[in-house]
Amino acid sequence: MRGFQGVSRRRAELALAALFAIVAALAIGDSLRIGAGWGEDGPRSGYFPFWVGAILLAAAVAQLISALGVRPREGFATREELLRVASVLFPAAVQVALMPLLGLYLSSALLVTWFMARIGGFSWAAAAASGLATAVIAFVVFEIWFLVALPKGPIEELLGF
Amino acid sequence: MDQLGLLLNGFAVALDPWNVALMLIGIVLGVVIGVLPGLGGANGVAILLPLTFSLPPVSAIILLSCIYWGALFGGAITSILFNIPGEPWSVATTFDGYPMAQQGRAAEALTAAFTSSFVGAFFAIVMITFVAPLVAGFALRFGPPEFFAVMFLAFASFIGMGSGSPLKTLIVTMAGFLLACVGLDSVTGSLRLTFGLTELMRGFDFLVAVIGLFGIGEILTSIEEGLAFRGAAAAIDLSVVRRTWAELPRHWALSLRSALIGCWMGVTPAGATPASFMSYGVARRMARPGEVPFGKGRIEGVIAPETAAHAAGTSALLPMLALGVPGSPTAAVLLGGLMMWGLQPGPMLFVEQADFVWGLIASMYLGNLVGLLLVLFAVPWFAAILRVPFAVIAALILVICSIGAYTVNNAWFDVVVMLSFGVLGYALKKLDYPLAPLVLALVLGNRTEQAFRQSMLSSQGDLGVFFSNWLVGSIMTAGLVLLFWPLFSRLRGAVQVALSRRAG
Repeated sequence: MRGFQGVSRRRAELALAALFAIVAALAIGDSLRIGAGWGEDGPRSGYFPFWVGAILLAAAVAQLISALGVRPREGFATREELLRVASVLFPAAVQVALMPLLGLYLSSALLVTWFMARIGGFSWAAAAASGLATAVIAFVVFEIWFLVALPKGPIEELLGF
Repeated sequence: MDQLGLLLNGFAVALDPWNVALMLIGIVLGVVIGVLPGLGGANGVAILLPLTFSLPPVSAIILLSCIYWGALFGGAITSILFNIPGEPWSVATTFDGYPMAQQGRAAEALTAAFTSSFVGAFFAIVMITFVAPLVAGFALRFGPPEFFAVMFLAFASFIGMGSGSPLKTLIVTMAGFLLACVGLDSVTGSLRLTFGLTELMRGFDFLVAVIGLFGIGEILTSIEEGLAFRGAAAAIDLSVVRRTWAELPRHWALSLRSALIGCWMGVTPAGATPASFMSYGVARRMARPGEVPFGKGRIEGVIAPETAAHAAGTSALLPMLALGVPGSPTAAVLLGGLMMWGLQPGPMLFVEQADFVWGLIASMYLGNLVGLLLVLFAVPWFAAILRVPFAVIAALILVICSIGAYTVNNAWFDVVVMLSFGVLGYALKKLDYPLAPLVLALVLGNRTEQAFRQSMLSSQGDLGVFFSNWLVGSIMTAGLVLLFWPLFSRLRGAVQVALSRRAG
């Protein structure tokens, strides 16, 4: 059988269970810090998160143990699948990262342009035009029509908004 | 029977021209959202929720619930034409719907699906009309221990009776509760689980989580299979509609059974997805052997899951309205919306805001009827949406999601949170962790904790308060039974095996 190229299910299960266990431990730690016992007027702030965290920790550890039993050959995602996911996730992350700098409209325009050109196979000119159209339409719909303020960047400032 | 009187009053509210217009807009938007991957019912409602602030609550919820109906209808379109379930509960529809489309019977399948959806939803709405006020009246007697018990029952039923592994469901539920604890503690005013980050003072907003988990997560999972949609073409003309409608009454028993399954599973927080599968399975087992086997294009295979799924999706609103406990992620989002508009869902809603509740219920009838007529005539246009190149759709959906996440609190941080939830949602889906309990725990976490605290306060720390009277005791017991059900059935199975070995 051809070798499996990618991330194995076992690793993914272990990683996720470990993540939950860490979150639980953090919650327990913070709850103890603010007090998880009984105060003068009832349970203290940390009571509920402490116990929830404790249950989560126990369950996550149980899941960790169970994940150790997964056959190592089972696949979580192949390399191609992960690459496809990355091809969407990374541009999206860039768009989010650029939002405070360039504003939502411009960063979204860039995202649309990128997607159409790189994934959709359109020409850069068509892609850029669509990106621009998206930004303009969104601007009209949200800023002017719905009167909802979305993050704006340097270009909008130049135009006087 | 003053329910009917109240209902007629509700129709007067719902038939206001402005509200009717919103109904139409909502349904169209809903179908578009249901057709597009990643924008599903809960997500679409979540994104549009902040934009409805300027509307009066009745109009806002009519718009949002019509979007919900539209999404329910829309999911069927992609299931049948493209073999892509638009919603998790449309998966069962693909089993027979897509083969029907491939055999050129797409219009028949679509008509059957839409009509069954209407029937299922109608059944559930009638049930809501008569049962909801009863439940609400009954729930007026609830105190903090009873409310906590109901929440406990809800989550226990997810863990015990849900489709996923009970351990994973437990993990995800607890994680949701922890996320709900982050931020300012409303009782003592102290900051919890913020670790010094000022942005976390606000806590995690469930809307942002929903958009990330169901929106971004959905896109990431559907991308894996490749980046194109290919499907059958379909146009519905009246002769096909009439022919199919003539044939449908033959399956009245099937519809009734599926509607009952749907109502039952929708009211308990199990949801529309297991309802559709269960109904399909029951239909297959109980069907008379026909010329065509199930899975190859049998119309019952479309009627059963669609009726059940819509009945379940609709009846999920019953516990939300009457008890304040949502039965599905979308109901959870609507619940959050109600709270945002200053309405307190639960038994008092029927008393204090009768206009609102009955206006909503009346709009459910109308919305479904209008929706049915609309989809019957407009299927080709909706189906054409999926011919738009994936690259464009995906980019637009991502932009819409980020706008949606931003408008909740005008916080860029929330958009980052959304993206993180998206990645988490992708991992959770791939590893079969259920998402619904996470969302429900996030929405209900604070109220559950409050109920728990108040109970503890009044009982001076005695846990026995949860069994102090027959009402709360029975709810808690039911919850415990459901919680440990998987253990019970495994024990029972082991005992049976041991007994049969001894006998044989």
